[in-house]
Amino acid sequence: MGGNQPWVRWEWIADNRGQIWDQTVEHLQLTLIAVGIGFVLALGLSLLGIRFRRLYPAITSVAGILYTIPSLALFAFFVPITGLSKTTAEIGLVSYTLLILIRNITAGLDAVPPSVREAARGLGYRQPRLFWEVELPLAVPSIIAGLRIATVTVIGLVTVTSIISLGGLGLFILDGLRRDFLTPLVVGTVLTIALAATLDAALLVAERRLAPSNRTARASR
Amino acid sequence: MATDSSAATAAASSSAAIRLEHVSKRFPGASTDAVADLSLEVRQGEVTVFVGPSGCGKTTTLKMINRLEEPTSGHIEIFGRDQAATPAHELRRQIGYVIQETGLFPHRTIAENIATVPHLLGWPKARIRDRVQELAELVGLEREQLERYPASLSGGQRQRAGVARALAADPPILLMDEPFGAVDPIVRTRLQDELLALQQRLHKTIVFVTHDIEEATKLGDRVAVLDVGGILAQYAPPAELLREPANAFVEEFLGRERGLRELSLIPVSDVPLERRCELSPGASCEEALAAMDRAGADWALVIEDDRCAGWVDRKRIAEAVPNVSAAAVPLARWIGPNSNLREALEVALTSHTRVAIVQDGERYLGVLPIERIAQRLEA
Ligand SMILES: Nc1ncnc2c1ncn2[C@@H]1O[C@H](COP(=O)(O)OP(=O)(O)OP(=O)(O)O)[C@@H](O)[C@H]1O
Ligand SMILES: [Mg+2]
Repeated sequence: MGGNQPWVRWEWIADNRGQIWDQTVEHLQLTLIAVGIGFVLALGLSLLGIRFRRLYPAITSVAGILYTIPSLALFAFFVPITGLSKTTAEIGLVSYTLLILIRNITAGLDAVPPSVREAARGLGYRQPRLFWEVELPLAVPSIIAGLRIATVTVIGLVTVTSIISLGGLGLFILDGLRRDFLTPLVVGTVLTIALAATLDAALLVAERRLAPSNRTARASR
Repeated sequence: MATDSSAATAAASSSAAIRLEHVSKRFPGASTDAVADLSLEVRQGEVTVFVGPSGCGKTTTLKMINRLEEPTSGHIEIFGRDQAATPAHELRRQIGYVIQETGLFPHRTIAENIATVPHLLGWPKARIRDRVQELAELVGLEREQLERYPASLSGGQRQRAGVARALAADPPILLMDEPFGAVDPIVRTRLQDELLALQQRLHKTIVFVTHDIEEATKLGDRVAVLDVGGILAQYAPPAELLREPANAFVEEFLGRERGLRELSLIPVSDVPLERRCELSPGASCEEALAAMDRAGADWALVIEDDRCAGWVDRKRIAEAVPNVSAAAVPLARWIGPNSNLREALEVALTSHTRVAIVQDGERYLGVLPIERIAQRLEA
């Protein structure tokens, strides 16, 4: 790559401050929307799979196929239908979160001890309150573990959506590659990693707050 | 005549908190009944114990009472009302339910666990907080433990929390499914004693499930022995059960130590105590030996002002210098008037003198010799 240019040209960063900020926000938005929609869909599909056990293999195989399709191919497939829009990007991104989230949500809910569920019913709980107050809180550690993997995966994939010119930090990476210019490449990469680390830490904090018993239980062992 | 018999029925039903009538349960796909044609009455304010071998339908019967399972046929009345008339979740909030330790919510603190039913009933926060404090005191949980999670408490503490949670909304009926099954014998004995003490204050109608006949006869005012298939083999107060087992199954289930268990149901206060050779602490060695000769005794108790300072035998007196009190060996074990004959027998068996000394606090009451205990067993 380009002779002895420095890794970072600070003037470029100063000149493109606005751009950098906008694309970081864009990247974050694309990620959060994808994980958010993915979570809601996965929760619904998991409940369906738990309620009707026979559906579960079918649900996970479809999610599995979606997960294995190369991202570019998936985007290419949707562009003729939904155009070069955010929708296209989100469809692709959401489909990548499903397998991980469905697996973790189902595992978390399955791991609720039957005795706890029975005690809850025996004390007068009934659905949907039983789900929100007992089952879901107990599945939190497993669900958050799934969200962390899904989030980091999506952040990586959003850089790819830039190829179909939909914004995000991938734009800088592409730009750098095209112009043989290191600075945007470094900026895009570093910010992507920073974003992933930040969201991962935020989810970890969320887990601590949502499932405090988990921490004390572990600490006391 | 007609009025007489209906009056009798009314009287009977007023003392019955729970009445099972020809209740059967067959699980889908099973070839036999888990519970077969079970009819019995659980009396109000009593502890009724269901006991029987594993798989005999104890848990299933308990769950039919709070409608976690629906009977295949027959029906259940609670305080004279058809149980099926109340929506299941409302019924359950009126019936305390204690299951094995795992039944606590692991994601909630002990205080939150105890507050479960009041929370479901929508009590105001302040009232819930007061109630939790009150219950913690009642079952013997420390304030500091209330803010902890179940995983960080001992088995016994978790059990207490389970009982407190079941009592939270002050339900008249308490169902307990092997609540002390998962704790060690020492803690279990203590929890049993606590439950009995609690029951003396609260007078709940308790249905208690166990497969331990010892626990059943200790706790139950009445014991229902169930055979596999949910067949009621006998339903009687513990003493009657031990005295007259209805059939070979019950007899076998009661086990070989039936006699000993029967003893554990008889309080020491039911048996007249004896006095043996007694010496005053100031007596000289000669006086002491003379007194023992007269009584034909090898040993004597040193008594002063209703207090027993210890015991002596001839050998110790012979070695003692000025008087009896210098020779007295303090008592190692004794029993109180509230102990039972089984405990008395154990103390008597392990003492040199073959008697159990009975004291009320510091006050000496008399002795219970081993032969007298054995007599009760033969009677
Ligand atoms: N949900 C269920 N589905 C099918 N069969 C069941 C179910 N629950 C219990 N059974 C069967 O019903 C019978 C009685 O079970 P139950 O749990 O009442 O026994 P138990 O007396 O409580 O035994 P244990 O002392 O082992 O707890 C058993 O044969 C058991 O296998
Ligand atoms: Mg059972």
